[in-house]
Amino acid sequence: MNISQKPRKFWPPLIGGIGLGIALLGMFVVTGHGLGAYGFYKKVVLWISNDVASGWTLANAYLSTSLGKGHPLAGWVSWKVLGIAFGALVGSLVAKRFRFKVERGSGINAGTRIILAILGGALSGFGAALARGCTSGLGLSGAATLSVASFLFLMGFFIAGLITARITKKVW
Amino acid sequence: MELMTEYLYIAAIITFGGMFGYFLEASGLGSPKKINAQFVLKDWTVFKVMFTSIVVAAGGFLILDMLWITDSSTFAIPTTFFWAMLIGGALLGIGLNVGGYCPGTSVVGFFSGRIDALFFMIGMMIGVFIFALIFEYIEPLYHAAKGPDSQTLSELIGLPGWIIVISLFIMAVIGFIAGNMVERKSNGVIKSSDLDND
Repeated sequence: MNISQKPRKFWPPLIGGIGLGIALLGMFVVTGHGLGAYGFYKKVVLWISNDVASGWTLANAYLSTSLGKGHPLAGWVSWKVLGIAFGALVGSLVAKRFRFKVERGSGINAGTRIILAILGGALSGFGAALARGCTSGLGLSGAATLSVASFLFLMGFFIAGLITARITKKVW
Repeated sequence: MELMTEYLYIAAIITFGGMFGYFLEASGLGSPKKINAQFVLKDWTVFKVMFTSIVVAAGGFLILDMLWITDSSTFAIPTTFFWAMLIGGALLGIGLNVGGYCPGTSVVGFFSGRIDALFFMIGMMIGVFIFALIFEYIEPLYHAAKGPDSQTLSELIGLPGWIIVISLFIMAVIGFIAGNMVERKSNGVIKSSDLDND
C-alpha cells in the first residue's frame, strides 16, 4: 500500500496491558470465559470437515465432542473473534497503521515467508489443539485466573520460543 | 434467555473482544517483527503487555470478589494436563518464531493488512486437522498427567490469592525494569515507523 500517511506511534506497553486487562476482566464477568481464538479455529475446521465428510467427523473422537446442534459457527466464540477483528481493523485504520503487506525481514522473500507462515501456523494449530487452548485463551486468560495449567503452558511457550528464536532470527 | 438480554450479551462480547483486538494492535502485537523481537530479548513489549494485563485482571477479580460482585471460582479455570500443555505451549512458541503469530494475534495481524497472517490462519486449520486425523495415537499424551480440576496457584502453593497477585505484581515491576535496561542498551524497540519500510 502507498505510504501517504505517517503511522501513529504504538501505545506504551503499560497502557496497552491495562486496556487488555480490563477487556479480560469484562469478558470474564459477562461470560465466565476469557478471550482466546483457538476455539474459533476448531469450529471452522469442524464446520468444513462436517460439510465434506460428516460420517468421518462424527466418528472422529476429537472433533465429534464439539459437534452440537445448529451451525458450528453459531455461538459466542464467533462473536468474540468478530470483535477482535473489528477492534484491530478500526484501531489500525484510525491510527493510520493499516498496511497491505507481507511482513518479513530483509533476508527472505515473500514466497518463503508465506510458506513459513503456513508451517508456523500448522505447528501452532497442532500445539493449541494439544494444549486445549492458545496463548490468549489458555495462557493469558487462564493466568489471570491464576490457573496452574496456564503458567505451565506459558513456561513451555517462552522457553521454546527463546530457544528457537536464535534459529529463526533471519526470518525477521 | 430473553431476546433483549441475548442481544446485550452479544454486544458485550463484541465490545470486550473489540477492546482486546484494539489494544493488541495499539501495542504493536499484530506485528510478527515486534513479537519476535521479544524472543531475541530486544523489545520487551510482549512481556510487559502480557504481565500487566494478567496483574490487572487478576487484581480486578480479587477486588470484585471482595465486593461480592463476582465469584471468580465459578469462572472457566483450565485444568492441568502436564505434558499436553507443556508440549503444546512449546509448539506455539516455535510456531510463533517460524510463522510470526499466535492464533489470536494472527486475527489482529490480518485485520491490520498483513497478508502473511491469512496464510498463518490457513496453516492453523491444517494443524488442527492433522491433530484430529492422528488423535487416536496422541490421545494418551493428550490426557497424561492430569492435575486437580481447575487448580489455581494459590491452591497449589497454599497461599491466599492476594499474596500471589502481589508476587506477580513485583515480578512484573522487576521485568519492566530489566526490560527497560536491556531495551536501552540494545536500542531494539520496534516503532510503528520502523514497520513502514517493508
